[in-house]
Amino acid sequence: MGIKWDEFFVTGDPLIFASQIGIALSLVGAIAGITYFKKWNYLWTEWLTTVDHKKIGIMYILLGVVMFFRGGVDGLMMKSQTAVPENEFLNAQHYNEVFTTHGVIMILFVAMPLLIGLMNFAVPLQIGARDVAFPQLNALSFWLTASAAALFNLSFIIGGSPDAGWTSYFPLAGKEFSPGIGNNFYAVALQIAGAGTLMTGINFIVTVLKMRTKGMTLMKMPMFTWTSFITSIIIVASFPIFTVALALMTFDRTFGAHFFTISGGGMDMLWANLFWLWGHPEVYIVVLPAFGMLSDIISTFARKTLFGYKSMVVSIVLISVLSMLVWVHHFFTMGNNAAVNSFFSITTMAIAIPTGVKVFNWLFTMRKGRIKFTTSMLWALAFVPNFVIGGVTGVMLAMAAADYQYHNTLFLVAHFHYVLIPGVVFPIFAGLYYWWPKMFGYMLNEKIGKWHFWLFVIGFNVTFMPMFFLGLDGAVRRAYTYSAETGFGPLMLLSAVGSIILAAGFAALVYNIYWSARHADRNIGNDPWDARTLEWATASPVQQYNFASLPEVTKLDAFWHMKKNNELQPLSEDEVEEIHLPSNTWIPIYMGAVFGISGFLLVFEWTIAAGIAALGIFVGLAFRSFDYDEGFHVHKDEISETERKWRKGGNKGVKNHVS
Amino acid sequence: MDNHSKGFPISHVIGFFMSLVLTFGAAWIALQSSLSMTAVMWIIGTLAVIQAGIQLYMFMHINESNDRIANNINIIYSAFIAVVIVAGSIWVMTSGHSH
Repeated sequence: MGIKWDEFFVTGDPLIFASQIGIALSLVGAIAGITYFKKWNYLWTEWLTTVDHKKIGIMYILLGVVMFFRGGVDGLMMKSQTAVPENEFLNAQHYNEVFTTHGVIMILFVAMPLLIGLMNFAVPLQIGARDVAFPQLNALSFWLTASAAALFNLSFIIGGSPDAGWTSYFPLAGKEFSPGIGNNFYAVALQIAGAGTLMTGINFIVTVLKMRTKGMTLMKMPMFTWTSFITSIIIVASFPIFTVALALMTFDRTFGAHFFTISGGGMDMLWANLFWLWGHPEVYIVVLPAFGMLSDIISTFARKTLFGYKSMVVSIVLISVLSMLVWVHHFFTMGNNAAVNSFFSITTMAIAIPTGVKVFNWLFTMRKGRIKFTTSMLWALAFVPNFVIGGVTGVMLAMAAADYQYHNTLFLVAHFHYVLIPGVVFPIFAGLYYWWPKMFGYMLNEKIGKWHFWLFVIGFNVTFMPMFFLGLDGAVRRAYTYSAETGFGPLMLLSAVGSIILAAGFAALVYNIYWSARHADRNIGNDPWDARTLEWATASPVQQYNFASLPEVTKLDAFWHMKKNNELQPLSEDEVEEIHLPSNTWIPIYMGAVFGISGFLLVFEWTIAAGIAALGIFVGLAFRSFDYDEGFHVHKDEISETERKWRKGGNKGVKNHVS
Repeated sequence: MDNHSKGFPISHVIGFFMSLVLTFGAAWIALQSSLSMTAVMWIIGTLAVIQAGIQLYMFMHINESNDRIANNINIIYSAFIAVVIVAGSIWVMTSGHSH
C-alpha cells in the first residue's frame, strides 16, 4: 500500500488547483447538460454502444482533438517557462511533469487516436466494405484507448504526474529515484492503451486482407489503405515489445522486481533498448498512414493518378522492414562498440532512400497536374518542404559520431518536431478537411481553414526553427531554466512567440469546427472534391450500411474511372437486398470502464483491490462468450428510401465548392 | 449457430495445460534449482522455443491454412522479427559499456 490518503489529491499548486475546480465544474456541467436536454438515451444508443466503424472513427477523432488541447497547453506552459532566462513560472518538478505528459499525450493520445480514427472512418469505405472485420473488437479498441487517456490525464490532479520523460528511462523511472506513484500512471495507462492499439492492428490486417470488395486486388487499393495495412503489421510486430517492457516496469515498481533496477543486478539500459525497439517502429506507425492520406489527397487535388504507385508500395514495405532495424540510433551515446553504432547508423540512413522515393513520387504526381489549392491540399503542399527539413536533420543525427554532439540538445527536439508535426499533424489536418464532408455532410469552412493553415504553419516554423540553432549552441532539452549569460534568451523568446501563433492556429481549427457545424452549407452532394476513391461513391454523411450494393472494381482510382466511363447507374429496385449488420453492444464500454478502474487501483498499488476489480474483466469476457446476438437486417424499404434521398436528381443544385 | 460449434476444443485445452506446465517449469528451474546460470539459460531458452511451437500449432493453426505463400511470408516475417528482437537485444546489450 504505497500511497497515503493525504497525498491522494495533488495539492499546493495554484495552477493545478484551478484545473481541479475546472474539471469538476465541467464534469458537473456536462452531466447536467446531457440530463437537461434528455440526451442520455441518444448518447448511449447512437455513440457509446455503437460498433459502426464510422462513429468509432469520429469518437477517436474527438478524443484526439481534446487531447491535442491538453498536450498543447503543456507545450505552451513549457514555452512560457523558457521564454526568458531564470523564469519562475514553473518549478523544476512541475516542468518535468509537463514535458513528460506533453510527450506521452501527443504521441499516444493525439497522433494515434487521430490516425486510427481516420483509418477507422476511411479504410472500410475505400475498400468497399460494410464494416471492419471485427466490429465489436473495434469498439473495444476505442474504449480501451479512451479509458487509458482518462487514466493518464487523471494523474495531474490525483496522485501526481509521471515526471521521467516520455521515454521514462531507468534508473530515473525506477522506484529508487521516482518513489511517488506518478510513473505508475505511465506504466499502467500505456499498457491499457497499447492493448487497444494492438487489437486495432489485428483488426485492420484482417479487414484489408479479407473484406475487400470484388475486383479490388491488393495493387488496386488506394494508398491510404495500403499504408494503414502496413502500419497495422508494424503495430502487431512492435506493440507486444512495449507491452512486455511496461509489464516488467510495473513488476519493478509495484512488486519490487529488478529487471531494470541496478541495485538488484538489473540492466537499466535494457529498458531503453526495449522501449526503442517499440518506439522507433512507433514513429513509422504514426507517419505511414499520414503518408497514405497525403498520397490520396495530392492525387485528388492534382487531378492525376498517383505517380509511381508500385514504387510507393515497395517503399512503404521497405520502410516497415527497416523501421525494425534502427532503434539503437536513439541511444548511440550509451557506449556501444563501433560495430553496433555503425550498423545502426547505416540502417538509419538507408531509411532516407524509400522516404526520398515517396517525396519524389508526390512531386511528380503534382507535376503538370491542375492543382486545386484547397485547404486540404495546402497542408499537403506545406508538408513536403517542412518534412524534408526534418528528414535531412534526421540524416545528420543518424551519424553516430556526430550524434554525440547533438544528443539531448534542442537540435534533436527541433528535428523530431519537424518530423512529427509536418509528417503527422499536417496530414491529419489535411485528412480532416478532406474527409469532413464525408463524415458529417458539410465541409469545414475554407476561409477559416486558410487562417488555420497559415497561422499554424508560420507558428510552427517560428517555434521550432530557432531550436535548431539553440541546440547547436548547446541548449539541452528538458532543462527548465537557463541563465542570461548563455545568450539563449532572444531565440527562446522568439520560439515562445511562435508557440502563441501556433496556438492561435489550433484555435482557428476549433472555431472552424464550431462555425461549420452551425452555418456550413448542407447541400454539397456526395463527391464535393471530385475525388477518386470509393468512399466518395456513397452518400455524405455515409449511411449506416455504407454501400447499398457493393461496388465492383476494375482499376486503381476506381471511382474516378466509374465517373469517366459513366458507369454510375442509378440503383434499380431489384438490386436492393437486405443488409446484415452487427448490433450495438454494452460490453466494450463496460470493459473500458473496468480496465480503467482496475488500472487506477493498480497505479495506487492497492493490488488486492485491483485484482478484485480485474475480475470484472472476466465477467465481460464471459458475457461476450455467451453472446449469441447475430445482428440485425436493414429492410429493403428502408434501403430504397435512404438511397432515393441522397441520389435524388443526381447532383443537381449542388454547389461545387472547389472549381 | 452451426459454424460456432465444432465439438469440444480438445487441442486448445491440451495446448493451454502444456503452456502452463512449460511456464511454471521454467520458473521452477530458474528459482528453485541449483544449476549453473548457463545451464538455466539453455534450459529455459529451449522451453521457450517449445512453448512458441505449441502456440503456433495449437492456437495459431499454422498447419490449417491452404495458402502456402501467405503462410511462408508469415513465418519468414515472424522469424525475422524474433531474430531482430532477441539477437538484436543481446548484441546491443552485450557490446560496449554494459559488458
